[in-house]
Amino acid sequence: MDLKTKIGGVIFKNPIWTASGTFGTGEEFRDFLNLDEIGAIVTKTVTLKAREGNAPPRIVETASGLLNSIGLENKGIGAFKKEDYSCLKKLQTKVIISIAGETKEEFEKCAALVADKNFPHAIELNLSCPNVIHPEAKHSLIAQDASLTEEMVKIVKKSAKCPVIAKLAPNVTDIAEIARGAENGGADAVSLVNTYMGLAVDVQSMKPVLGNRVGGLSGPAIKPLALKAVWDVYGKVKIPIIGIGGIMTGLDAVEFMLAGASAVEIGTANFTDPVIYKTILKEFKEYLKRKNIKSAKELVGKLR
Amino acid sequence: MKKTERKKIIKGTISSNRAVRPDHFELTMEAPWLSKVSRAGQFVMVKLSDKFTDPLLRIPLAVHSKNAGGISLMYKVVGSGTKILSEQKKGTVLDVVGPLGNGFNDEPILKKKGRVAIIVAGGHGIIPLYLLAKGFREKNIEVKVFIGAGTKEHVLLEKKLKKTGASVQVATDNGTLGHKGSVVALAEEYLKKEKGEKAASRDIKHYTYACGPRVMLNALSKKLKKLNEPAEFSLDAYMACGIGACKGCAIKTVSGYKLVCKDGPVFDMRSIVF
Repeated sequence: MDLKTKIGGVIFKNPIWTASGTFGTGEEFRDFLNLDEIGAIVTKTVTLKAREGNAPPRIVETASGLLNSIGLENKGIGAFKKEDYSCLKKLQTKVIISIAGETKEEFEKCAALVADKNFPHAIELNLSCPNVIHPEAKHSLIAQDASLTEEMVKIVKKSAKCPVIAKLAPNVTDIAEIARGAENGGADAVSLVNTYMGLAVDVQSMKPVLGNRVGGLSGPAIKPLALKAVWDVYGKVKIPIIGIGGIMTGLDAVEFMLAGASAVEIGTANFTDPVIYKTILKEFKEYLKRKNIKSAKELVGKLR
Repeated sequence: MKKTERKKIIKGTISSNRAVRPDHFELTMEAPWLSKVSRAGQFVMVKLSDKFTDPLLRIPLAVHSKNAGGISLMYKVVGSGTKILSEQKKGTVLDVVGPLGNGFNDEPILKKKGRVAIIVAGGHGIIPLYLLAKGFREKNIEVKVFIGAGTKEHVLLEKKLKKTGASVQVATDNGTLGHKGSVVALAEEYLKKEKGEKAASRDIKHYTYACGPRVMLNALSKKLKKLNEPAEFSLDAYMACGIGACKGCAIKTVSGYKLVCKDGPVFDMRSIVF
């Protein structure tokens, strides 16, 4: 059985990855998983300077979902490189560093600093965090504007020495148009979707539950929506799509690949069970075996 | 700093799960390793559903007590997760991740002869503190417990604590049990009397451990600071993973946001920004 998938010239051992912000740097899961089995680890988004994150409460569970407003808490690229790169480099799997910024300049500088010899294996551009403010964006998110998305990707591509994946927001009229913007900017792939903007209300205090008032919704609640986004983009761009949104089982991963994803990222599921990655990969392999599918690639876009 | 054990997923059989108050349950499960390694103030993340719907996430519960073969968890039924847990029968296998977080630091008491442990709890805040009190009593250390609750029905563990030899005082809002009024006032009154004229003296005889609603802890911290008393508080927060990955359970401290799951749940009182 061939699980390998090639994106931007990089060969990944399998198409099932862990999503940014849900897996730390992987270290948090070392007690539970063999990290080397993972197709790729996408690290928690890092920014040029440290960010302290949003005011608590930062998370609340909603029906089949998780609403969060973490606010990209991170120590900044400098400290991240110093403290975490040596561990990340030792992993026998691919590491994708997720980066974000408030301005073009921050994206550009951060992307330049990320590179360190042949590391990382790819960069994921978080153009779609609903919990930070982008002063240059017409809308609240970069990935709500196709031309700004194109420009950001172009800027990062200039200094990046590895493939660049643009992570897109679902809160848009036409996600295919944004994906085309990323492709025009030179993105090697698009990953979709980031969280859906949401609100949770505390009737007792008559206030929003989250400290930042609104947040991003993830988990099984958004799976059908995310599948539709992948389906909408598939065929509209030539670059591969990485599917994200409420994947809890191996069959969920299959669904995303059938809808057009070349790889998938596991997010909220990691919180429900620190060993869920292992279960998902096992179920995915079992499906291929049962259906007598020789290569995972055969699934991509097979949905009719 | 004590060495923190590696975290594991433990699947243990429930040996009992019964109501100890109309809405509070105590569950004991077989988990010899957890019983051996977990400390007072640490917690576990309990899995409640395989369907990933309601609830989606695990719930954090403090280790309430331990015996040779396992641990016990005590919880109040407040939502769908704890409701499901209360319906689990003896013999069912429970899936928990633990031990998580840093527990209470018992060194300030153990390292200094003649120190008295003061324990102040609001509502079910007494649940993790029981194990701490019991540990101190086993070493023959004097323990003064102050429990606050809305009414008599909500007072937990009073008898169980008395059995350890700890002295226990209760305050209820409506006066149906013990002192009528706030547990903070009760603890303050005791400490003031103990310290007498030397209210701000450097000779510290007491060390306080507390857990309860944020407003109660805030009020308590003001009083303890005024009395120049050292203390540590156990906090809770909405939590998704329990292992430091989601960064959801942040609380404000004097050195920025800290995570309840990884940096806590026990924090030095003076580091907490209320």
